[in-house]
Amino acid sequence: MMPDLGKYAGAVLSSYAVSLGLIVLLVAVSILRARRTKAALDLVEKRSKRNG
Amino acid sequence: MSLWEYANPVKFIRTTDVVLPWVSGLAVLCLTVGLIWGFFFTPEDYRQGSTVKIIYLHVPAALMAINAWIMMLIASMIWIIRRHHVSALAARAAAPVGAVMTVIALATGALWGQPMWGTWWVWDPRLTSFLILFLFYLGYIALWSAIEDDDTAADLTSILCLVGSVFALLSRYAVNFWNQGLHQGASLSLDKEENVADVFYHPLLLSIAGFVLLFVALVFLRTQTEIRARRTRALIAREQQG
Repeated sequence: MMPDLGKYAGAVLSSYAVSLGLIVLLVAVSILRARRTKAALDLVEKRSKRNG
Repeated sequence: MSLWEYANPVKFIRTTDVVLPWVSGLAVLCLTVGLIWGFFFTPEDYRQGSTVKIIYLHVPAALMAINAWIMMLIASMIWIIRRHHVSALAARAAAPVGAVMTVIALATGALWGQPMWGTWWVWDPRLTSFLILFLFYLGYIALWSAIEDDDTAADLTSILCLVGSVFALLSRYAVNFWNQGLHQGASLSLDKEENVADVFYHPLLLSIAGFVLLFVALVFLRTQTEIRARRTRALIAREQQG
């Protein structure tokens, strides 16, 4: 299944590893920050409603 | 219905909440099919060997690195002219995504360049303008973080974005302006003679579509985050005043 990349295997595989790694990291950081920010806003909104 | 209705933060969040799962799903689908097709089911190039498989990452990432800045420029201009906060926050949200795309383009370019050109890096017009574009991304992100007042930060980063656009355009057209350097011209062309062969072209198009959709999905998500963070800061400031 794995294609024969010959003498360029290092360059090709490193390109895919670096790119996919960075994309996964970016997506993970974006989702985590989105969740944290949403939770923080919910908390502050509840508090302000309670305090009038 | 006017486009400017989406400048309302509540309307923006409500609309993107509906659109986001579809855009994200399509992005995953296009990226998965495009990259698997390109990596496993395309032949080697007669000159570049298996390194041609890097094209499915390098070209889409480079394209998005430039177009992300152009999107930030348009959003910044909307902020300067119409003072819509959502547009300024969308520009802010897009910057880290564009920066990562630039890093991917630079890294895969170096990894591709070493076996083909015999060097990781050369001070070629396109490579140099891309490096400067990356520094502009870092400067833009740092400027947003350094200024406390959101409106002042949006004003100053908009000006920086305007200046950086020169390098975004240069990195796209540098090869045409200066007929020198190692980097080749555009891989994609409407001229069939100049365009890459069909066997590489179709998976490349899918991969580009995947990167574009990924960018859109991340900008929607990150803009929502910026809107919520801004609202949180405003509510806390109101609490502290009263």
